[in-house]
Amino acid sequence: MSDDVKKFLYLNRKAPYGTIYALEALEVVLIGAAFDQDVSLAFLDDGVFQLTRGQDTKEIGVKNFSPTFRALGDYEVTRLYVERESLEERGLSPDDLQEIMYEDEDDDWAEKPSIRIVSRAEMADIIAAQDVVLSF
Amino acid sequence: MKFGVVVSEGPYTHQAADTAYHFVVAALAAGHEVPRVFFYHDGVNVGTRLSVPPQDERNIQEQWSALAREHGIDLVICIAAAQRRGMLDEKEAERQGKDADNIAEGFRISGLGQLIEMGIQTDRLVMFGD
Repeated sequence: MSDDVKKFLYLNRKAPYGTIYALEALEVVLIGAAFDQDVSLAFLDDGVFQLTRGQDTKEIGVKNFSPTFRALGDYEVTRLYVERESLEERGLSPDDLQEIMYEDEDDDWAEKPSIRIVSRAEMADIIAAQDVVLSF
Repeated sequence: MKFGVVVSEGPYTHQAADTAYHFVVAALAAGHEVPRVFFYHDGVNVGTRLSVPPQDERNIQEQWSALAREHGIDLVICIAAAQRRGMLDEKEAERQGKDADNIAEGFRISGLGQLIEMGIQTDRLVMFGD
């Protein structure tokens, strides 16, 4: 067993509503933030819909949890990788995603975007570099 | 090698709980360690002692309970996922004012921290889902 810091990646592949995977994935991220590990999130396939702006769930009777993504910076979760090809395949562009910022403590608390758009090839490298991948 | 295992789909509808079981049996037979299995999403339903599958079918819960008994595996059911799905142990049933509990032998209810801890403490984490 090693108690060193590990690289955790939460892989989000499903739409935010219709199934509970996205919501319960976010619950793991929030609990996991207390463990001081190196945490990143990845969004691909229908998972990119989780970050779209202007979500309104009133008519389907379930909680809109998308504002919680904006709080992740406070939990020191500051890397949200979004796959460019998954956006394009769904007719989405980065402008369709909500703005998620964090304060960079290594850069005089400058506000920086948490969302990083990456190519499919880059996403493969990101996944390969992890110690623990939790797929939802 | 030390494996952590996650089961994230419910029994019978999905193959995930069966495949995870076969994986754990094979890993133990090959001399590996599996200290904990974590049940999340509908996977928590594996741990009900009230399921009664037909006699000529495998009983998924009993398979896991037996494996835990023989090998000392910690079978953990996520409490947040369990509460949504009507999975309660005795203590939680009393706390929530419910008239029954349904956790099978060898399973216990605990928090998501147990999943993260498993990821930290094992060499490989393997997820079985859809």
